[in-house]
Amino acid sequence: MGLLSKKDAKLITDPLADNNPITIQVLGICSALAITAELEASIVMSISVLFVLGVGNVVISLMRNIIPSKIRIIVQLIVVATLVIIVDLVLKAFAYELSKTLSVFVGLIITNCIIMGRFEAFALGNGPWRSFLDGIGNAAGYGVILIIVGFFRELLGSGTLLGIPVLGDPIEKTGLYSIGYENNGFMLLSPMALIVVGIIIWVQRTRNKALVEDH
Amino acid sequence: MGLKSTLHNLKEKYKGTKMAPAFNAIHTFLYLPNETTHNGTHIKVADDLKRTMNTVIMAMVPCLIFGMFNAGYQHYAAFGTPVEFLSWDAFYIGLIKILPLVIVSYGVGLAIEFLFAVIKKHEVEEGYLVTGMLVPLIVPVDTPLWMLAVAVAFGVVIGKEVFGGTGMNILNPALTIRAFLFFAYPTWMSGDKVWVHGAVERANEIAAGAELDAISGETILGGLAQGKDLGYSVADMFYGFIPGSVGETSTLLILLGGLFLIFTKIGSWRIMLSSLMGALVMGLIFNGVVDAGWITESSKFYGLMSTIWWHHLLIGGFAFGTVFMATDPVTASQTNKGKWIYGFLIGFISILIRVFNPAYPEGVMLAILLMNVFAPTIDHYVVQGNVKRRMKRLKVKTA
Repeated sequence: MGLLSKKDAKLITDPLADNNPITIQVLGICSALAITAELEASIVMSISVLFVLGVGNVVISLMRNIIPSKIRIIVQLIVVATLVIIVDLVLKAFAYELSKTLSVFVGLIITNCIIMGRFEAFALGNGPWRSFLDGIGNAAGYGVILIIVGFFRELLGSGTLLGIPVLGDPIEKTGLYSIGYENNGFMLLSPMALIVVGIIIWVQRTRNKALVEDH
Repeated sequence: MGLKSTLHNLKEKYKGTKMAPAFNAIHTFLYLPNETTHNGTHIKVADDLKRTMNTVIMAMVPCLIFGMFNAGYQHYAAFGTPVEFLSWDAFYIGLIKILPLVIVSYGVGLAIEFLFAVIKKHEVEEGYLVTGMLVPLIVPVDTPLWMLAVAVAFGVVIGKEVFGGTGMNILNPALTIRAFLFFAYPTWMSGDKVWVHGAVERANEIAAGAELDAISGETILGGLAQGKDLGYSVADMFYGFIPGSVGETSTLLILLGGLFLIFTKIGSWRIMLSSLMGALVMGLIFNGVVDAGWITESSKFYGLMSTIWWHHLLIGGFAFGTVFMATDPVTASQTNKGKWIYGFLIGFISILIRVFNPAYPEGVMLAILLMNVFAPTIDHYVVQGNVKRRMKRLKVKTA
């Protein structure tokens, strides 16, 4: 990679696989359960977190030398809250229906452990460029899992992808439905999101034994 | 060359290879294992896991056969051409509808067990033998086979194999399978159509414009949840001439199966008895609420709340769940005191869910799954309580 040094590139690639915020660090689970019933919501959520975490990491990194460490959590909260309000207002202005689907979960990005975790663990101790890469990488790792879960839940739960029917029409009985297939209602319930995330964790740790924790 | 020697040769041939567990399992299933262990001290007992499993299956076979007769009987009764209960016509319908359920349940479940045994390099365990027989008994007769296959795959993998296979699971696998079906395909697991063979088909024909009479085969629970009295006599409920899941209707045969399990010391009488008591206590409480006039007839809970307290034992899947599923030795409490608490709460919560959640009239499934989760906690406190008591005794003695 010409653009990035090897060390910098690792900041992006690590969270995508072997140090994934959801499947390895098990952070940000709540939103992964709540909004992944539809692929579109998963994608929008991923982009929102990408924006908040990328920009937030840079802002915190720039301020890292002037933030008194006793009040750093409050400063971090103000930064993330500001960014989340921007995202919320943009969604309300340009994608009103979607912002209603996501409801409180846009606001709850503020409490997403991944964001505070990266501020604390990385942005407070690194320069803005590296912090930016770290933010993008972690948000992408979060987004990838969200999109995988959203893909399977929408496909198997509603028979659609991004709202477009792909398996036929369940009422007119076309496509797969003509041979007796039916949507799996369990997929739309939150427990199934947890199970899908669990299966991803299982597959990942089976492929890479180094990730299995010792007891 | 006979089957036994063929199997033995196959087993020897594949010894040490990846496929060895699969051949060992077939050999062990059909014949007595010819290996003995050579070192250490041994206790010789006849009831290995295979015999335990087979005993439970034997206790369930009457329910299965009764279920086949009942499936046909309910079918013809609903379609207005009643036949004798013990007739070939009735049995034939049941046979062609229920045998595929049994085959799919065992086929898919055992295939997954074999697959995991080969991948994880351990012997195939006998645990699925009972689960595979339970599953067809607790689903409606018209359950589509592919749905059953998906549910069995889910239940065996997520309910059992991820925890480490037979003996390690937290939840009862058969109930995990049923719960999956229930939440994934609710239209096939509840309502007034699925319990009688042919009713769904007829409803579809009517929707397509055919001029036929609608067939309704509601379960007693489903009826009561809507405040309707379906008018079955107590004898019908007890002998099992009522619509319901395949094997759950005949309280008499379940009772006999339960006595058989208690007599052979396979099933825990403590769990069965305490669950019974739990259900009766809850039933009495609800009857008391009705008698005291705290609830009016217009309430949506009135139908099930005013059900005579001991009728709860005869309707729905309560008896079947209590006898065959609550007593699963893996997922139940292990301590004797724990078994009393575990069983009592299963009965108590079953009736509670049944009455207060008309959308889930089959409370026993959810009650057992819930108590499966709490069983280790109950055991923990029972053991700790015992430790504490003995510590106190020790202190008194030494002081």
